[in-house]
This record gives sequence, C-alpha cells and structure tokens, in this order.
Amino acid sequence: MAGDRPLARHWGLFGDETADFGSDFLTAGTLQHGSSHGDGLDLRAEGHWTAEHARALEPLADKLTYGHESVTRLVFDATRITQLDTYGAWLIERTLRIWASRGADVRLIGLPPTYGNLFAKVRAGQQKLTPLKHKQTGIGATLESVGRTMTAVFSDLFTIFQIGGQLVVAFLSVCANPWRFRFTSLINHLERVCWHAVPIIILITFLIGAIIAQQGIFHFRTFGADIYVVDMVGVLVLRELGVLIVCIMIAGRSGSAYTAELGSMKMREEVDALRTMGFDPVEVLVLPRILALIVAVPILTFIGSMAALYGGGLVSWLYGGIDPKIFMSRLHESINMKTFAVGMIKAPFMALIIGLVACMEGMQVKGSAESLGAKTTDSVVKSIFLVIVIDGLFAVFFAAVGI
Amino acid sequence: MAARGEPVIKVRDLKVDFASRRVLNGVNLDLKRGEILGFVGASGAGKSVLTRTIIGLLPFREGTIEVLGTDLGKASPKERQAVDRRWGVLFQQGALFSSLNSGKNVEFPIREYLRLSPKLTTEIAIAKLEMVGLKPDVYRNYPSELSGGMVKRVALARALALDPEILFLDEPTSGLDPISAAEFDHLLLTLQETLGISVFMVTHDLDSLHRTCDRIAVLADGKIIEAGTMDVMLESQHPWLKSYFHGERAHDDFHVPIKGRRVTERRA
Repeated sequence: MAGDRPLARHWGLFGDETADFGSDFLTAGTLQHGSSHGDGLDLRAEGHWTAEHARALEPLADKLTYGHESVTRLVFDATRITQLDTYGAWLIERTLRIWASRGADVRLIGLPPTYGNLFAKVRAGQQKLTPLKHKQTGIGATLESVGRTMTAVFSDLFTIFQIGGQLVVAFLSVCANPWRFRFTSLINHLERVCWHAVPIIILITFLIGAIIAQQGIFHFRTFGADIYVVDMVGVLVLRELGVLIVCIMIAGRSGSAYTAELGSMKMREEVDALRTMGFDPVEVLVLPRILALIVAVPILTFIGSMAALYGGGLVSWLYGGIDPKIFMSRLHESINMKTFAVGMIKAPFMALIIGLVACMEGMQVKGSAESLGAKTTDSVVKSIFLVIVIDGLFAVFFAAVGI
Repeated sequence: MAARGEPVIKVRDLKVDFASRRVLNGVNLDLKRGEILGFVGASGAGKSVLTRTIIGLLPFREGTIEVLGTDLGKASPKERQAVDRRWGVLFQQGALFSSLNSGKNVEFPIREYLRLSPKLTTEIAIAKLEMVGLKPDVYRNYPSELSGGMVKRVALARALALDPEILFLDEPTSGLDPISAAEFDHLLLTLQETLGISVFMVTHDLDSLHRTCDRIAVLADGKIIEAGTMDVMLESQHPWLKSYFHGERAHDDFHVPIKGRRVTERRA
C-alpha cells in the first residue's frame, strides 16, 4: 500500500539529479513523442500521472504542445497510464484543449475505464475567469489614490462624530434611566484600564522624570543654573509630559484592547446579537468603556505626574546635590495651582479621543483576521496622533487666554 | 490502486484523557479503502476528540493509530508530514484563511507541497473549485464574502487540493439547508466514485447517513458500541441506537434511499 503511492520521495525528482530514482523511476509519469506522420502526431503517456509527478510532467507536455504547431491531427494514447489523479487528468485535458483551440483534430484513446469518471469530471470544468479590470497607472492612479485617502480621512472624521453623537444619546438616555447603566461593566473596565495600569505608569513616568532632571542638571550646570532644573521638571511634567506619556501608554495598552475586543465581537456577530435583543451596542459596550477611560486617565495622570516629580527630585538630590527641602521650596515658588490644572484638564478630553477612536475602529472590523489586525494598528496610531494634535490645540488655547 | 476494502485507518484500543477525565476508553475502529464511514454519537460523547486525535491535534495516552500503514504514535516528523499530505480535513466552520481569497486558500497546500508552476497551480485550484460545484469566479472571493454553503465547498476544495486518499469531514451538512445538504451528499458520492477516496464523516444528519454512508460507527461511553451498515443500525437493540434511528426525528419510511440497498437506482 505504501509503495503504490510513494510518499515524499518524489519531490524534486527531476529538478534534483541526486534524487533517489530506484524503482520509482519506472512508475514516474512520462509523455513520449510517438510516430509523427505528415501533419499528424501520436503522443503516448505512461506511468503515474499524479500530483507527485505533475511538476515534471507539465514541461514535458508544454514542450510537445508548443513544439508542433503545424500538427492538425493529434492522437493522445493514455493506454499505459498506470495511475491518474486530478492533476494528471487536468494536464491531459489542458493539452487536448490547447490543440483543439488551434483547430486540430484531437482524439484521446485508451484511457483506463477506472478513470473515466474522474476525467469526465475534470473535463466538465470551464476554467474561465472573467477578466479583471486593468489597474490604472501613472498620474491618474496617483490622483485616484490621493483622492481615496482624503475620502477615507473625511469618512473617519464623520464616523468619529457619528459614534460621538451616539455616545451622547446613550449617555443622556442612561442619565434619564440610571438603572440601565452597566455599573458592573464600568467597574470591571476601571479595574483593567486604571488599577492594572498603575505599576507600569508609575515606572515609566518615574524614569522620564529622572531622565529630564539628569539632562537638565547636566546642561544647566555649565552656566551655574542647576537650581532651575526644579522649575523645568515641575512645569514640564505637570503641564505637558505627565498627561502625554500617560495618554500614549493608555492608547497602546487599553485603546488597542478595546479595538480588538469590539472587533472580535463584531466578527463573531455578537454585536448583531445584542442589537436583535433590543440593546444598543453603543450603550452596552462603548459607553462603559469610554466612561472608564475618562475616569481612569485623570487618575493615572495625577499618579504619573507625582511619580515623575519624585523621580526628578531623587535625581536632583543624588546627582545634582539639590537637597529635597530646597527642591520642595523651589517647586512651591515655580508652580502654582494653574500649572497643575492645565495638565489635568486635558486628561479627560484625551481619554475621550482615545476611547472614541478605539471603539470606532473596533466597530469597523470586517470578517477577516487581517482586518482585525489592521484596525487595531490604526486605532493606536490614530489615537496617539490625535492626542498630540489636541495637546497642541490646548497649548494654543492656553497661550491665547494667557495661562 | 490498492484493493478496495483493506483498512486505511486502523485504530486499536485507543485511550484519550481530557483534563483528567477519560473520554475515549479503548476505541477500535477501521476505515476501509474507498468507503464512506459515518460516525455518530451523542453530543459530548467524544466524536470530535476521536477525530482530532486521529488527525494529530490531540495527544493520546494508550493504543495505536495506523494511517496508510504508518503508525502515528511512532512516526518521525517527516513520516508524519508525508501522511499529512495524503489526507484532507474539512473543519466544521470551514476554517478558511480569512486573509486569503478562495483560490489562494485552495492553492496554499499545492504551493507548499508540490511546487508547480504558478499557472498550473491556479488551473488546478480552479479545477478543484469546479469539482466541488462552484463557479470559477469564486476564486477571487474572500471567505467573508461567501455564504455558509459556499464556505463549506471552498473548504472541501482545499481539503481535496492534494488529491488525498482520506477525507475527514466534521459535520459537513450542519448549517446547510436541506437542498444544499442533499447536493453536498451527491457531491460526496461523486467524489467517492471519481477519486476513489475514503471518507470519515462525523455527522448528525440522518438523511446524509442514509444517502451516503457505506458503514456507520457509533460511539458511546468511550467505546464503539456498534459498527456496520444502515440495516445493522436499524436492527440494533441498543437503547441509544433505537432512539437515535427510530426516534422522533427519524422516519422509518425513509424517503431517502438507503445506500447499498438500492444501488442500481441511485447510479442510474
């Protein structure tokens, strides 16, 4: 049984001269050029015309097919074929079709009756694909792709507003009927996006604060302005860096998770199931997630800013020789409540943007695993981009009102 | 071609544990060359476990599984791979690669194992799609664009891509309407006739069992309690079998001809 259909040994039989020929050589399929008389040609097929030998048989068949263009009568003798499968059957059928399309008179003789059904089945195929539309090239194509990208950008914006609107509606309807709000879900998400994120946020912001202080001291020392490091760390961390670092971390950590969760729920029709049961997916899935983010990001921003100040203070003391008492009193002078508020006020807005983008991308996942991956990537990239844009807008705004 | 009727799969005294619970306790089963074997059993009896164990997705504790003369328990990875390419598996949900279109799904095993020219690979893939009753244009559709029945057909074309000798089907007609299910049964019979393929089919579809199966094996309590033709099943006195084949969902005066009983009629 094992011998009648050799396993792996035939791969590369003809491509690789060192292959183990042995007795299998006798069973390998061949196609021979029989007697040719005038405008007629006899072809004789032998041996195993199977998948294992298809690689070697194809060039044999092609060589004979394209070598005798003038032949008008072809006789294909299949009597000595010892084994045939779909591959062999198609190779025969393909050869016959090419000759027939040239107007030759084609005959297949001696096909072993066991393979009659198989050959008939393969012969029944049409093999015609409707031609594809040609892709444009040159300036037209470039313009087209630019246009498509722009439409995609606008449709993204539109979708964000759409989901934002649905969110407002869901929020108001929950406010009107507070018992409908999914409190358990909110707590669950809070645990995941806030509580579980605390260690990594503390670690990262601590390191960032420490690095800023070290760099500041290193460069300020050359003109004896070491002490201004405290001003720099205080203002930079509280106004900008604390919230930015936290938001970038959260976009990568929780935004991507939201997109993947909602996307796989979309793929498995769970979102549709919710809808048919009369629930609004935005209210059930999106609202608790986004509210959890809006609560979590300010808390994490506060924790992160404190950790960054601590890191800055520690480095100032150990590396810069600024005593903690001096650091604290200097910090009191350089920052005030407004500096702190400017950073904190941005946090919920950025949380909203991260949440909206993540949920929007999640809801746009189509059926394939690839689209889930693409949308998750998009979610992280877009939310980080928008977080930075919003930070810039806030900076312009605060400058205009003079804070 | 080896003689019809000799076993291509021999399962002997197979024991499989699943999370410290013994699911299969001494299974003996043969799949003979060229036959369609229907495999039935209550939900949760371990049908999927047996199927997945034979195709190597689950480890087994004791016993032997011999496929096409290779003992899978002792086979080297290379021998194993050689067996892998001689069977095709149709998963219940199709398990098509969602990032590839139908044609590329069918081409995937051909490309990996046979290294044919791209032109021939595509032609064979289209031929396979046509063999399972699809239009050539389905080649370009992605799995998410196909209906349930079409997904099953494309998945079958992929399972048949390398002209396997054994075909595993996991509930192939579940989720199909009766007309599509009947078409699928006919397709299976055609493939059995044309390719001489041996089929191991897990199914709950009584019509399908009647129409296509040469033999039926029944799994209960971790063992094969009965194996034989439909007539053997109908005469069995085992309580589970009685309620299965004579229960509310079964209709004793079958409108579907039992395979083998009136062979000439079907082949006419």
